[in-house]
Amino acid sequence: MSWLLESLNSSIGKKILMAVTGISLILFLVGHLSGNMALFANDGGKSFNAYAEFLHHLPGLMVIEIILASVFLLHILNALRLWVENKKARPVKYAVNASSKNSTIFSRTMVQTGSIILIFLIVHLKNFWYEYVILKSNDNLFEIVVETFKDPVYSGLYILAMILLGFHLNHGFQSAFQTFGWNHKKYTPFINFLGAIYSIAMAVGFASMPIYFLFFYGGN
Amino acid sequence: MAKLDSKVPAGNVQDKWTDHKFNMKLVNPANKRKYDVIVIGAGLAGASAAATMGELGYNVKLFTYHDSGRRAHSIAAQGGINAAKNYQNDGDSVYRLFYDTVKGGDFRAREANVHRLAEVSNSIIDQCVAQGVPFARDYGGLLDNRSFGGAQVSRTFYARGQTGQQLLLGAISALNRQIGLGNVKEYTRREMLEVVVVDDHARGVIVRNLVTGEVERHSAHAVVLATGGYSNVFFLSTNAMNCNGTAAWRSHKQGAYMANPCFTQIHPTCLPVHGEGQSKLALMSESLRNDGRIWVSKKKDDKRHANDIPEDERDYYLERKYPSFGNLTPRDIASRSAKEACDSGRGVNGGEAVNLDFKHAIERLGKNVIEERYGNLFEMYETITGKNPYKEPMNIYPAPHYTMGGLWVDYNLMSTIPGLFVLGEANFSDHGANRLGASALMQGLADGYFVIPYTIGNYLADNKDPLMSTDKEEFVQAEKRVTDHVEKLLAIKGTRTVDDFHKKLGRIMWNKVGMARNEKGLKEAISEISQLREEFWKDVNVIGSAGTLNQCLERAGRVADYLELGELMAKDALDRKESCGGHFRTEYQTEDGEAKRNDEEYAYVAAWEFKDTGNWELHKEDLEFENVKLSQRSYK
Amino acid sequence: MSDVKLKLKLKIWRQPGSDAVGKLVDYDVEVSPDDSFLEMLDQINESLEKNNQEPIVFESDCREGICGACGLVINGQPHGPVPRITTCQLHMRHFKNGDTIYVEPFRAKAFPVLKDLLVDRTPLDKILQVGGFVSINTGGVPDANEIPIAKDVAAQSFDAAACIGCGACVASCKNASAMLFVSAKVSQYALLPQGQPERQRRVEAMVKAMDEQGFGSCTNTYACEAECPKGISISNIARLNRDFFSAKLKSKNVS
Repeated sequence: MSWLLESLNSSIGKKILMAVTGISLILFLVGHLSGNMALFANDGGKSFNAYAEFLHHLPGLMVIEIILASVFLLHILNALRLWVENKKARPVKYAVNASSKNSTIFSRTMVQTGSIILIFLIVHLKNFWYEYVILKSNDNLFEIVVETFKDPVYSGLYILAMILLGFHLNHGFQSAFQTFGWNHKKYTPFINFLGAIYSIAMAVGFASMPIYFLFFYGGN
Repeated sequence: MAKLDSKVPAGNVQDKWTDHKFNMKLVNPANKRKYDVIVIGAGLAGASAAATMGELGYNVKLFTYHDSGRRAHSIAAQGGINAAKNYQNDGDSVYRLFYDTVKGGDFRAREANVHRLAEVSNSIIDQCVAQGVPFARDYGGLLDNRSFGGAQVSRTFYARGQTGQQLLLGAISALNRQIGLGNVKEYTRREMLEVVVVDDHARGVIVRNLVTGEVERHSAHAVVLATGGYSNVFFLSTNAMNCNGTAAWRSHKQGAYMANPCFTQIHPTCLPVHGEGQSKLALMSESLRNDGRIWVSKKKDDKRHANDIPEDERDYYLERKYPSFGNLTPRDIASRSAKEACDSGRGVNGGEAVNLDFKHAIERLGKNVIEERYGNLFEMYETITGKNPYKEPMNIYPAPHYTMGGLWVDYNLMSTIPGLFVLGEANFSDHGANRLGASALMQGLADGYFVIPYTIGNYLADNKDPLMSTDKEEFVQAEKRVTDHVEKLLAIKGTRTVDDFHKKLGRIMWNKVGMARNEKGLKEAISEISQLREEFWKDVNVIGSAGTLNQCLERAGRVADYLELGELMAKDALDRKESCGGHFRTEYQTEDGEAKRNDEEYAYVAAWEFKDTGNWELHKEDLEFENVKLSQRSYK
Repeated sequence: MSDVKLKLKLKIWRQPGSDAVGKLVDYDVEVSPDDSFLEMLDQINESLEKNNQEPIVFESDCREGICGACGLVINGQPHGPVPRITTCQLHMRHFKNGDTIYVEPFRAKAFPVLKDLLVDRTPLDKILQVGGFVSINTGGVPDANEIPIAKDVAAQSFDAAACIGCGACVASCKNASAMLFVSAKVSQYALLPQGQPERQRRVEAMVKAMDEQGFGSCTNTYACEAECPKGISISNIARLNRDFFSAKLKSKNVS
């Protein structure tokens, strides 16, 4: 299997790893957002809690969680490794940086947006997963959500993180296709468009939760 | 004269090369690795020769002053490459290509060489296609051709306007393969400064490492020069900044004869000089003359903008003088006519430029058609000049472009120093007194792929001595010549820059050894050049030291050589009392101003032997025309 | 021909040798808008030489945008602010009177500075030497017209083959990646029938060599395409990725 490791260790192999894990996470986000839509059911959290219970008792949940965690870890660790290596490829910096003239801000800031999303992820896991699954501090997940989003500082940061997630996804989406080699005069513009729609949908979708609970949710 | 044996084989011109290939000695495949061959230069000729000899099994050492062979100036050739494939079914043949080339060269080339060139031309195309060179194709998937000046058939293969680039990259790919396989060892950023001659045979070279300044000795069984032409003697030319005549010139001073040095080609469609700071002249493809009309004002010193000069005050001089060929006369005639017009004060703004006008073509064909045909050239023109050729005429003027002259070689491409072979533009070549468009690429690749690999074997089979130690006295002496020369240049510490001398020399060459020459001017040139050379060695300021990357020193060495070569060019031009091809002596012209050859007295190759600085002995190789009838070119 | 000269302030990278410390040095110049950028440097050098100072070392050769020798980073952009041209094709009319212009060498670990603005780009050739060719010897090849190639395929191959090896892609990439360069060569052959027999071996060998030379990885910012003087498309990089992936899965090379 040395050829496989060697392939994945090559510059293109690392890209492919980023793309495969990235696309997996892109799909995960779709599922995650769809499920979370239950928050807006306006039934005092009944639907949402039922959804949470369902997930919690899903057979093989452990396996799914491990796979998901591995995908996240691979994506993050591989990114950090690439970042360090790529820094080394240019030891002396330019005095003038004109990168805004030849590339998009989304593409240049993947490490920065990714890092902020990572911090967000840790806080996010602590607030919801850790409280609900590990500590079992409250078996009403909807209440945890409501409580958490009541804090305007937290919600503000959450919204900001979601905007950055949108940036990250906007580049990541079409970048994955490029890495797989799917670049075509006819279809690439469509993929770029789809990527933009997708990333806006994710950013708006996730950000709508704190906005809803902060401004529109009266509480029962 | 014994030395000037052209070694042209006997027999019919059609059979000479075939017979010769059979008669030449071969080196056994297992023995080839016992031979070391040095190749200088990585352009079309050098790269193709090094790659092919590497494939055959010789140990090849390749030297280039660039960081990579791909930078060689072959890369800049635009138009295409000729071959007698007759894919267009328009009556082409090896014989016709041979005939056209001899005639186009104004009957000053060696018939046997030209015929061989035409014979191998087809193999070149096959070879390049097999390498993956993306030539232009027709919708059916087969190769496309275009026509070019001096021929009535369509035999030019091309890859957009970048044929030279694609052919060179093809040759470099073959070279890279051999480097990867270890058959060729590449020495980049090395400039050859001496050839080492032991017992009258070339046995090595001295090169300077341009990064460290180190002077290195390299030994071999044979040395192959493929170092290009010397148009930069004019300072302003279409050649690249680093093109130079040094390797050839230093070999000349060790005994290689220089042949027909005065045969230079001035390309008619280049951009005019815009100012003092100009470093080189950009070439615009000759194809522009297909639809563009060339004109100047009828008035002297007319300062009006071209668009303000009414139709009846314009002189379309080529159409007037050459009604049947019009704007499509050969390069030498078009160039000379532009000079005449400007010399009479009728150039653009009274200066050195003529108009190349597309107004009528745009009216006739529409802007779209013109854009389709010449869009990239118009864009290039606008990039350089900031002017829009769709709205006003282009300004063009002739510029030095190619040198038909070069080191004398026999049929085997060997110079008068046994073991020193010369390929491509560096030799005096197959183009006679004028090269046809799309023939330079053909010759470079013919020499490298299909001639030298055979002829060098014939030489090596007879020269089996083991590789010479570089400690030998001749190597020590050659190295000393190099270091002495470098130290001498650095020690002058005068007041004038290297470029200052180069520009002055260029001015003399352009004015007196340029498009039109005469006895008085040539004599003046000889004395002015020798005077300038004296000043150079007293007053040039070469900054920096020898043991480092020093571009000033590199240029100084080359200019020092130009200051000798320029004199020989003038001397050769003075000696050739006739006009032929690119060599036009105003004293020798027909009543209507055309070049007047003197076949009785000058149907020879002038090969100059170096005696000492400013002193040469002329040897003549008589040219015999058994197949092509000598005739006056007429383009009326 | 404009007679009005531009007064400019240049900040040019000077570095005496590869191991020496470099710095930006100020030069004030007056230059004609008709001059090219490199002709302006020629003029600075001419005046430096007159004052017994070492001229600025920079590389250039054909000065018509095809040899790939020149390459300066001008105000942060390889080959300057005008798209689709090389440094030698940049003319001073694109600058304004009073501008300050930063001139730096191409920067990458794989392209060490040898002196001032001149860098070593031989790592690009090292990549070509392991696979940038079709393995045929001179002679014994089929007739040129025995290999029909569709016109648009030949044109696409040409588009990739138009690369001049200047290294601007590496210089512009935030990761100093050479993917555009490598992909152009791989694509030229991958598109042609002549390139098929070695297609897998070529891409595997060239990517390996590329990684060994110390270039960074591609992160699809496409700065390379934006700065490439020949407009080489990043669709070539996609093809390289695809070919590499497929070669790794299909080839029997397990070492």
